[in-house]
Amino acid sequence: MVAIKTLRVCIPAILLTGALSSFAALAQDTHLARNLAATCASCHGTNGQARGDMKPLAGMAAQQLMEAFAEFKRGARPATVMHQIAKGYTEEQIGLIAGYFAAQPAQH
Amino acid sequence: MDPGRRHLLRTGAALAGSVLTSGASRSSELSPGRVVVVGGGFGGATAARYLRLWGGHIHVTLVERNTGFTSCPMSNLVLGGYSRMGDITRTYDSLSALGVKLVQGEVIAIDASGRSVRLADGTALPYDRLILSPGIDFIYDLVPGLLPALAGGQIVHAWNAGAQTLALRRQLEAMPDGGIFAITIPKAPYRCPPGPYERACLVASYFRQTKPKSKVLVLDANPEIQSKKALFERAFAQYHAGILEYWPNAELKEVEGNLARLEFEDVKADVLNVVPPQRAGDLARKAGLVTVNQRWVGVHWLTMDSTVAPGIHVLGDATFSAPQMPKSAHMANQQAKVAAAAVIQLLKGEPVNATPVVMNTCYSFITPQDAIHIASVHQYDASERTYKTVPGSGGVSAAANPMEGRYAHAWAENIWADTLG
Repeated sequence: MVAIKTLRVCIPAILLTGALSSFAALAQDTHLARNLAATCASCHGTNGQARGDMKPLAGMAAQQLMEAFAEFKRGARPATVMHQIAKGYTEEQIGLIAGYFAAQPAQH
Repeated sequence: MDPGRRHLLRTGAALAGSVLTSGASRSSELSPGRVVVVGGGFGGATAARYLRLWGGHIHVTLVERNTGFTSCPMSNLVLGGYSRMGDITRTYDSLSALGVKLVQGEVIAIDASGRSVRLADGTALPYDRLILSPGIDFIYDLVPGLLPALAGGQIVHAWNAGAQTLALRRQLEAMPDGGIFAITIPKAPYRCPPGPYERACLVASYFRQTKPKSKVLVLDANPEIQSKKALFERAFAQYHAGILEYWPNAELKEVEGNLARLEFEDVKADVLNVVPPQRAGDLARKAGLVTVNQRWVGVHWLTMDSTVAPGIHVLGDATFSAPQMPKSAHMANQQAKVAAAAVIQLLKGEPVNATPVVMNTCYSFITPQDAIHIASVHQYDASERTYKTVPGSGGVSAAANPMEGRYAHAWAENIWADTLG
């Protein structure tokens, strides 16, 4: 349990370190990750706290969300709509979105 | 008189006639500012909510003429008898609990230079930034006879959800088996491009179950179906054949009671549902914000503020849409977050997000269980200063299916919660 928790904290930190160097030009607004993640909230709930049949994103490990996006993009994951939406975001943006949701408290 | 003094006097007069107390103005010294949001639909309510979620101590006042929120999305299920009004109705209580000051009333004037709005009851609300989400109003004079027929209750539009939705449902229930329900669609752009076709499908489903000798006639002013075309064509042919008939290039020219006059023929309907031609809400027009085609409000897309009125931001269906951008609840919700983020930055004197993204997902029921979607992602293009869809992204359902019917309900629950709390 402890190991899993540590993993969840570490992965976003590593990813964000990478993001800071390679995505510096994009991230001139400190709220960029928050603003990008808010585009998901219409379906997945404010800050990823989803209701009903929608997948909650709050607290999801960043790596997991980034992998899901990659699979949606290449059609390797079953989807009704996410394969079409995933292709609209850049890798940099997906990294920021994943980091934002990973930092949110998981849904109860 | 110097402008500063004039501003002071106007503000003083505004405060004297308003419900704001000296306590409110004192605490505003600690706040980044005061924002008044007009219109509690998907755009305005989302903006008010996210200003509070993201903006710290910003004073947010939401002015809405209705006591509660009624959702246009999902309202076609009510027309078909598959949902009830209670299912699409919500309160503003959660916004109040979040610190949004709710004011029920009608804004009748905007003093852009004095930065204050006036309500019908005389109340004045001063602001540092104003957000308008006025929705649409109808252009009655394009269709002679339309206004009296609507005013007299012989026909309804049901293009704002609420009393009109119930009125149309009652007309459908009262219609005898063997009757004709005709829905007219105006030339694009109009609110909710797939909405009329979804409505036609759900009324056809209702007829098949309860009044199988009845007909649905779709009279479209456009040359073709305006959204999810192939999917609706398949739905019309597969699910609604024998009941639903689609006429392209069938523009409504005149209304006489239940009679719809087209260019070359007249259609006598038992229930005539006219979706009227539309433009930005009257409030935007009266404020001089309509700049495009005499119908829509031009906005700067980074901040959602009007191209002609500094300090006034406009959201949702009232705006002149960027390419491929639908007038939808989902898009209004998305634009509201761009506006809320920008307004907070502007009040703090900090740079706004230079690379905003908005996206749209819209579900339509083609039977009470089966739905189809259209989705798009719109990235800001700095060189063209507008949003552009990302090549290769977005799309529609492969086919209608019940799984997306369930997702449509989940979409509604989530966007209502994201909008209202």
